[in-house]
Amino acid sequence: MNKQSDPKYPASFTRRRFLQGTAAMAALAGLGRLAPAYAWQQTGNLVAEKTVSGNTDIFDLTIGHTPMDIGGRSANPITINGSIPGPLIRMQEGREVMLRVTNNLSESTSIHWHGILLPENMDGVPGVSFPGIEPGETFIYRYPVKQSGTYWYHSHSGLQEQLGHYGPLIVDPAQPEPFEYDRDYVVMLSDWTYDDPYHVLANLKKAEGYYNYQKRTTGDFFKDVSTMGWGPAMDKWQMWGQMRMSSRDILDVTGSVYTYLINGLPSGSNWTGLFRRGEKIRLRFINGSAMSFFDVRIPGLKMTVVAADGQNVEPVPIDEFRIGVAETYDVIVEPDGDRAYTVFAESMDRSGYVSATLAPREGMTAPVPDPRPQPVERGMKSMGMDHGSMGHGDMNMDMSSQNTMDQDSMQMDMSADNNSMSGGMDHSKMNMSAEQGSGMQHDMNNMGSGSDWVLKDRKISHGPDNHGAGAAMVSPNPMNRMDDPGIGLENVGHKVLVYNDLRGLHPWPDQREPQREIELHLTGNMERYMWSFDGEKFSEVDGPIRFHHGERLRLILVNDTMMDHPIHLHGMWMELENKHGKYRPRKHTLSVKPGEMLSAQITADAPGDWAFHCHLLYHMKAGMFRVVSVA
Amino acid sequence: MKPKKPGWPIPVHDNTLYSKLMIDRLEYAWSDEEDSVNWEGQYWYGGDYNRLYIEGEGEDVVSGGEGGEIETLDILYSRMIAPFWDVQMGGGYQREYGPGPDKERGFAVLGIQGLAPYWFEIDANLRLSDDGDASADLEAEYDWMLTQRTILQGRFETAYAGNDVPEFGIGKGFTNAKFGLRLRYEFRREFAPYIGVSWNKYLGDTADLREAEGEDTDHTAVLAGVRMWF
Repeated sequence: MNKQSDPKYPASFTRRRFLQGTAAMAALAGLGRLAPAYAWQQTGNLVAEKTVSGNTDIFDLTIGHTPMDIGGRSANPITINGSIPGPLIRMQEGREVMLRVTNNLSESTSIHWHGILLPENMDGVPGVSFPGIEPGETFIYRYPVKQSGTYWYHSHSGLQEQLGHYGPLIVDPAQPEPFEYDRDYVVMLSDWTYDDPYHVLANLKKAEGYYNYQKRTTGDFFKDVSTMGWGPAMDKWQMWGQMRMSSRDILDVTGSVYTYLINGLPSGSNWTGLFRRGEKIRLRFINGSAMSFFDVRIPGLKMTVVAADGQNVEPVPIDEFRIGVAETYDVIVEPDGDRAYTVFAESMDRSGYVSATLAPREGMTAPVPDPRPQPVERGMKSMGMDHGSMGHGDMNMDMSSQNTMDQDSMQMDMSADNNSMSGGMDHSKMNMSAEQGSGMQHDMNNMGSGSDWVLKDRKISHGPDNHGAGAAMVSPNPMNRMDDPGIGLENVGHKVLVYNDLRGLHPWPDQREPQREIELHLTGNMERYMWSFDGEKFSEVDGPIRFHHGERLRLILVNDTMMDHPIHLHGMWMELENKHGKYRPRKHTLSVKPGEMLSAQITADAPGDWAFHCHLLYHMKAGMFRVVSVA
Repeated sequence: MKPKKPGWPIPVHDNTLYSKLMIDRLEYAWSDEEDSVNWEGQYWYGGDYNRLYIEGEGEDVVSGGEGGEIETLDILYSRMIAPFWDVQMGGGYQREYGPGPDKERGFAVLGIQGLAPYWFEIDANLRLSDDGDASADLEAEYDWMLTQRTILQGRFETAYAGNDVPEFGIGKGFTNAKFGLRLRYEFRREFAPYIGVSWNKYLGDTADLREAEGEDTDHTAVLAGVRMWF
């Protein structure tokens, strides 16, 4: 369909299309300058203008509301220099940057430089790093650039991020890249709602599952009966019923209210990255969503992942990857035909998608794949109950026989049971563990992961009250899921990136063994939309999590909820302890699956106070937030 | 919790107070003897743990008779004590009006409200009236999702009286059992018209008392109404 003739699109659309093309080409050429900022009231790839003063690169950013058209409807997003996403900020490793941020909103704002190592007072978190930027005020961020790679920036004030206050950030390395490419595009994914974000949050607070239109129905139960038989279907119903949880809570906010965007443009606008036949293209995927995990593939093209969260990794060829909120992946593709390819990003719950195009010429499109069927459903793995040898989170497998159930249940740690109202784990069958005795004391954590997992012998600890009323469940036996592509991707029949595929290109300088461990549980209560660490919202804790300056520590995250959580630490790297020993991939955001336990090593080398939180915006707002204090 | 430095904000406000007015039932009920308008709703205001609840239920006879009843009107402090459960306490009020002189009484109320295993919505209360009469009531709801928007709700209500209260037509023991089935369609989450049936049967001494006054002891009605919240 030729959108330019569509009456829903304003006359400016043609100009916009033209600008996108130019902007994209400028981006690929690595140009820092395009046109005066006043010329833009649009979405797409813009490059922030840079002025140079000695060793300092200076950028001017203005935050305001700009009325514009998004997907054929008028909207009033928060924009940076007039666009969403904000302009691409291109920094150079080894130089210094000065970013002058002017707030033209009627409320306080901020910019946080996501993934960038910098002094505490430049981190941009109101109330932790600085007071925020008041209306009419200009705040000057200034810091040395000590790293390279693909990053992004966004507001840390209120729910502004949901309104478009985010943009891409690239740091060009001082040394040549360890891989080659001819073109370079940012592919920034995000979710847009025409609704007021505070209203979205209120809906979640008032009505559990407000945006979930793929709940289990009576029909789904009878479907289970026909595929599994009455007994297992009843067992399955009973198990979820005991816990009072929905196996279909995949994302809290769904395509029922979201329009998904690539570089600020919905599918119909067809953002296009141009290439010449035989060229290598570097695509820098950034998930700048408030709430949406995406599964990304380019049918017909193999992608080679070369960097994760800005840090180079051993190249790994894949067909698809899941990108958690706030994560970034750099991939290289080599389109060899004179044809278009569709970049296809489905939301993890399959409630929507956004597509864009790689093509030799503007205006081309390739077939958009059929979205995979709804619904995806959580299995026992999500409760940390899966039988490791089963290998899959697929409910049909887990529940396929009574025998399987019994095996699973024997492996239950009954710690969840001491509060019959809260545990929800008092499934009658699970009581078998007591009867079967300690002979069944198994090494659950070891299963499915190999013996190289650093946490394999770890005993997890819940509080005496299972984290209290704010935690609707605990994972009795959380496990290693780093070989697990995640819900809905278990059996897709092609290679999906998993965390165990990520191998750092170099061992990082600090290889000291951790001197100290900090275990944190990710907790929540969907019924009230409460999210927390260890059952306590931010407002319920007295002080920060303390890191000792200079120490090497191991952070252990245990996900006691049914949701995936992208956990982000400011100011320092988290070195994910996967199967690659000292070649740990460095990440700023770790997506932790339901029922998963993982660990990361941290060198506490950044004095000051740092935010540490779930990057699902409404989870953070509901209390899944801490301050980490390094002193 | 105080700001890190004077003039700095709190980084995350997770203590926002919300309110919700839920009109569970606002319905017209047709039955052999009389037609009535029935209502039930609750309003809450508060945070995650502590809330103020105002809950009420009643009926107003519009044809085939007169009068009506505010069955309950409770004001309760509600405290979440477990992930799916609130303990509630406060005061309640009941009033029967017409024909004849109005009758009213007040209660001290202690209750629990929450989601039981298998997704049963439970609201149960112990009541002690200002005359010293003790009673208990229980209401349970279950939603069958037929489709994502078409939902069949089953409801069950019962009450137990610790002693006879003839003034309100109550005999000692279980007083009644009420079943309802309502099929609603959620045009929006907040707005769902429904149709349904309800069946109420008086039990034991209460049934005898009502029979003696010439009332029927069971009562079937066809309903149409709307469920809304704000």
